[in-house]
Amino acid sequence: MKLHEHQAKDLLKSYGVPIQEGTVAFSVDEAVNAARTLYPNATGKEWFVVKAQIHAGGRGKGGGVKLAKSIQEVEERASQILGMQLVTHQTGPEGKKVHRILIAQDVYYPGASEPKEYYLSITLDRAKGKNIIMASTEGGMDIEEVAEKHPEKIIREWIDPAVGMQPFQARKIGFAMGLEGEAFKNFTRFILNIYKAYIESDASMIEVNPMLKTSDDKIIAVDGKIDIDDNALYRHKDTAAMRDINEEDPLEVEAGESNLNYVKLDGNVGCMVNGAGLAMATMDIIKLSGGEPANFLDVGGGANATTVENGFRIILKDPNVKAILINIFGGIVRCDRVANGVVEAYKNIGNIPVPIIVRLQGTNAEEAARIINESGLKVKSAVVLKDAAQLVKEALQ
Amino acid sequence: MSILVNKNSKVLVQGFTGSEGSFHASQMIEYGTQVVGGVTPGKGGSTHLDRPVFNTVEDAVKATGANVSIIFVPPAFAADAIMEAADAGVQLIVTITEGIPVKDMVYAKQYITERGVRMIGPNCPGIITPGEAKIGIMPGFIHNPGRIGILSRSGTLTYEAVDQVTKQGMGQSTCVGIGGDPVIGSTHLDIVKLFNEDPNTDGIIMIGEIGGTNEEIAAEWIKDHCKKPVVGFIAGQTAPPGRRMGHAGAIIAGGSGTAAEKMRVMEACGITVVKSPADIGETMAQLLNKVKA
Repeated sequence: MKLHEHQAKDLLKSYGVPIQEGTVAFSVDEAVNAARTLYPNATGKEWFVVKAQIHAGGRGKGGGVKLAKSIQEVEERASQILGMQLVTHQTGPEGKKVHRILIAQDVYYPGASEPKEYYLSITLDRAKGKNIIMASTEGGMDIEEVAEKHPEKIIREWIDPAVGMQPFQARKIGFAMGLEGEAFKNFTRFILNIYKAYIESDASMIEVNPMLKTSDDKIIAVDGKIDIDDNALYRHKDTAAMRDINEEDPLEVEAGESNLNYVKLDGNVGCMVNGAGLAMATMDIIKLSGGEPANFLDVGGGANATTVENGFRIILKDPNVKAILINIFGGIVRCDRVANGVVEAYKNIGNIPVPIIVRLQGTNAEEAARIINESGLKVKSAVVLKDAAQLVKEALQ
Repeated sequence: MSILVNKNSKVLVQGFTGSEGSFHASQMIEYGTQVVGGVTPGKGGSTHLDRPVFNTVEDAVKATGANVSIIFVPPAFAADAIMEAADAGVQLIVTITEGIPVKDMVYAKQYITERGVRMIGPNCPGIITPGEAKIGIMPGFIHNPGRIGILSRSGTLTYEAVDQVTKQGMGQSTCVGIGGDPVIGSTHLDIVKLFNEDPNTDGIIMIGEIGGTNEEIAAEWIKDHCKKPVVGFIAGQTAPPGRRMGHAGAIIAGGSGTAAEKMRVMEACGITVVKSPADIGETMAQLLNKVKA
């Protein structure tokens, strides 16, 4: 589960990580109030940053992050950004609507030294089965870009699961980034606390980009991205409550409520499959047959009439779907039962306007094909995967 | 011969008396697997499916001499069960449970690695050596004893490959579902090495998925060391980046882990990569015929 920037920063702050202070706002009025309370000893010269809160990177380039040099400018920026359709390289061309903004302090103030941006992240190195810290002096840039252009500038440090992150590792990274004096000391505390937050909150990724060394040698998180391991949400009720349904596809939310694992895609052939690997392979078959997959849909181990009906209903809500391929490998699940489920679901829904291809293989596959073929419905059946692919091809012509 | 499990494997079931454990244990027994007992804390001393139930894995190993344990306990308690099995001296752990928190698995993996214990899974269908032992949840009847080794991250996609191999008139030496999670006990490479050494395996089918780099790592090893023909398939050629496709491990992050990249590396390493999952069995049959000719 992804957190918003403001939620991520609040979480980091609760672990003693210094952040760019700010307050979330859902309306222009709230934004102005937030700005008024941000500087307790305001002189009228303080600056603010107004930041769109969506689950996608590249917000700055898309016009979702703006500097405001007065309360009045906060009001102007807030009314521009709230409700805008923000397009970034991660949102797709349709963009995402901004429902909330973060009013934050400007932390790039002048002082004894130049402010400098860095990159910092923690995630799992799957090949090693250990968490890895990645850091770079190239703050503000995407780490993918740094990895491509300046791979030598990425500092990597793996953490032993048994003992956790050690202070010497924090020092190694700090020295490698060229930090000195107070900034160096502040950094070691900063990174050790972030690692603690990562472990205790069951995060699967924390990225702080940029991490800022201020002109007075503080180290603070100016941005914060956190992904929480979905499998661990059961033991983090507070974090689970931070879920923002606005950021998710409504069809995916609905599918989740029916215990279906659904991901909406842009193609024209819907599919319904048991098992994630076979579901991905079925999407690939659709592509090789000249179509494009309209979705990923894993109905899991219990493919019965109810799950098939729910699956049909969700797939049919996508107006781009021109055909549906059901691919079930019946192991423990018997194919004849699934076939009866398909027929029943079809009748419950009434007229399904697109051709349906059902491929049932495994236990009682022949019997299942007979049930489908004798149902009188406009459903074609296949037993071998190749034949199913051919039927998809024909349906699209 | 086969890899990992055979008719002599003595199997313990953790989470024996639960609904999943009961159902699949009885299926395994029906297949002919030597299920010697089970563990359910608090139910020690009772009998289930005509087999003894123990409170701890340690008790069970002492009493039965079990050398394999299969785990069906719920996700919140699964890592604990894995470590208990490793501590009790079980040599092979098969973890079926889906949805274990990644952090728990990072700890558990370190724990079992330090003790030299091998694990398959989690979030996997298990292992089968056709005609000898089924230690998992796969449908036994689609398998046929033979000389093709199959390994895969997924469940039903493995069955698909098995079925195609069987329909080509061939059979399987052993089939291993290594699991769809980001942290797994045994990787593609670990299993490929075993198949390469197994005198009763003539060809290897390696099925991968988007996400991570385990397929590439195995491919690099195959290039230099593998003596047998390998057919490869990667699921998720049409999956968009940044989206989790069912398996927690199947997510393309930051340009790495794409199907195209995996297929390119595998081909470059001499693996016969099929684009369509419908061609897996046929391609293996053709490769073996060429080797014989």
